[in-house]
Amino acid sequence: MAANLVYRYDGSLQGFLCCVAQSFFDKAVPAGIGAWDDPQATLFPIKEVETDWQLAKRLERSITSRISPEAWDMVQRGFLTCMEEKELRLLRFILLGYKMGPRVARLSTNEDVHALDKALLYLKNEAHYHVEFLRFTDFGGFLGAVITPNNTILPLIVHHFCSRLNTEDFMIYEKTHQMGFLHRKGGAHQFFQADHIQFPEKTDMEKRCQALWRIYYDAAAVEGRENPKLRRGHMPMRYWVNMTEFQRG
Amino acid sequence: MNIMEKLEVLTDAAKYDVACTSSGVDRPAIPGALGSAVKAGICHSFAADGRCISLLKVLLSNDCAFDCSYCVNRRSQDTPRASFTPEELCRLTIEFYRRNYIEGLFLSSAVVKNPDYTCELMLKTLRMLREKEKFWGYVHVKAIPGADPALTEKLGFYADRMSVNIELPSQKSLTLLAPQKSKEKILAPMGQIRDGIRENATDLVRYKAAPRFVPAGQSTQMIIGATPESDRQILNLTEGLYKKYSLKRVFFSAYMPVVEHRNLPAPTTPPPLLREHRLYQADWLLRFYGFQAGEILDDEHPDFDPLLDPKCNWAVHHISQFPIEVNRAPYEMLLRVPGIGVKSAMRIRSARRWAKLDFEGLKKLGVVLKRARYFITCQGKSISPLPMDNPAVIAGAIRERGFAQNGGALQSWQGEALPALEQLSLFTPTPKDKVQCLTGQI
Repeated sequence: MAANLVYRYDGSLQGFLCCVAQSFFDKAVPAGIGAWDDPQATLFPIKEVETDWQLAKRLERSITSRISPEAWDMVQRGFLTCMEEKELRLLRFILLGYKMGPRVARLSTNEDVHALDKALLYLKNEAHYHVEFLRFTDFGGFLGAVITPNNTILPLIVHHFCSRLNTEDFMIYEKTHQMGFLHRKGGAHQFFQADHIQFPEKTDMEKRCQALWRIYYDAAAVEGRENPKLRRGHMPMRYWVNMTEFQRG
Repeated sequence: MNIMEKLEVLTDAAKYDVACTSSGVDRPAIPGALGSAVKAGICHSFAADGRCISLLKVLLSNDCAFDCSYCVNRRSQDTPRASFTPEELCRLTIEFYRRNYIEGLFLSSAVVKNPDYTCELMLKTLRMLREKEKFWGYVHVKAIPGADPALTEKLGFYADRMSVNIELPSQKSLTLLAPQKSKEKILAPMGQIRDGIRENATDLVRYKAAPRFVPAGQSTQMIIGATPESDRQILNLTEGLYKKYSLKRVFFSAYMPVVEHRNLPAPTTPPPLLREHRLYQADWLLRFYGFQAGEILDDEHPDFDPLLDPKCNWAVHHISQFPIEVNRAPYEMLLRVPGIGVKSAMRIRSARRWAKLDFEGLKKLGVVLKRARYFITCQGKSISPLPMDNPAVIAGAIRERGFAQNGGALQSWQGEALPALEQLSLFTPTPKDKVQCLTGQI
């Protein structure tokens, strides 16, 4: 039973949960769910869904207790992914969960669960790529980094850097989702939203350090074994733009 | 010489060392110290040859007193010499680490003056890094064969991983190419480190705060293709090292003809990259798939098949044990099916508890049906497109295509030409294709 309706919500996880609740009230799955700022136009009539924090909280409790905490975790992380039609897929996943119970997380041969699994794997891999390939620049006293991932991975990687670089002031800016994270020596930290970030000029000391790294990078390759395909496989070219070793000239 | 030139010279001298892993130890960060270590290790970049760059891998000095004929740093070689001071190396490590370029330091050195003196220098550097700079990241240090055991032990308390290079796969080759090294000299520190780790394990049970000795274990590496050992000898040696010395990793390095010497292959010989690749495949079978060296290669087949990977090769030779039913077969047997790896075997094991598996489902779990279809059934059904009574037919079907098309490039390791395969092709292979099909991964 599909309703010829499209839900619009504010783009937050709580807003999405209210869409899920709305679909329960309507007793139908909508034709689409999209955020306010979603550029995509639609011919279906639009229903605007208000974000109600109380309702969202209720749904969270319900998913945790009636399906499983693992399924709630999958929904939460699934919302960070860049999966196509992620809201609709997650909605169908939740509905399947209410029908099947905790085993929904294991039904990896079901189409929606498979798509979610794949998206979650991509999220996890991309987060790991950024733990690996994120590059800080020292702006005289504090470290700054810009990343451009497809998924919203910032919340997944910050704890790694917070504990590892606990002796440093640093900032990571996720350009794709215009979101940043600020950490101060001693542990104070916060997320923030910003359309644009202007970093100061690089110091001479920093330029020298980057040059040293490029020298090291070039010297570490063994001539006679060049293998560009293997390198691209391990380190997709999409991430190269933000990496020091490829910023030359 | 300024620090840039030094870095270039000393990186160049260290790059033939294969190991660049930062794995084996989980060490959560502590407030006030820079760094941490994670068990799986983190690669921070990949060089143009596709190898991972995880650690700052440099020599402390390349001013060597030894004269091993396969080595770029041997005394008689005319090459620029340089040495880092401990301060320079510490500064470099810290500055690279806080910018997230590296996971830690890989400290190795040529033998300066004598092994003990070299060890003292390395110890000084590590002490400064750990105690003065409060560096809490990963450190891999190379033990120097022939050094005082007391010094090696001290190094072990600062390092996460230690390694001693076994260099060449047999004593005979060592005497021929590295006259100052011997099997005993190499194995002595290896045994010492193993005993140290075992002793430390009991200490840690007694006192939680006991200092940790080489917590990430030890590794070694050997050069492949500089000497005439067969694959079977190398693989048996590898298995022995894992069992006897409880090594974490054995690395293989295809010999790059960097120096000219009458005891070495001619400088024009291409590095045996495919052979190295096969050895790594077999190494994985030993470590993760429950194979024994004797099962992979035997007296009749002392060398790997260049066309068929070791796992497929085993399956084709034991075709009587197949096909197996994926919904019921034990995990150990799933692991032995070509096209099913550790990850997909684990996925199958968990998914089949909840639903009956079919071929469509297997594909979603990541099984490579192209190879696996000959060896499995799903709910009693098989989708093998070929009759299963002739193993040679199956072998032909799962052969690696890239190689089959370049029949002309095929040679066994000893250089005798293998019968070229009859394959119709619209395009004649270019020399570039041949090179590409041989470039392997370390």
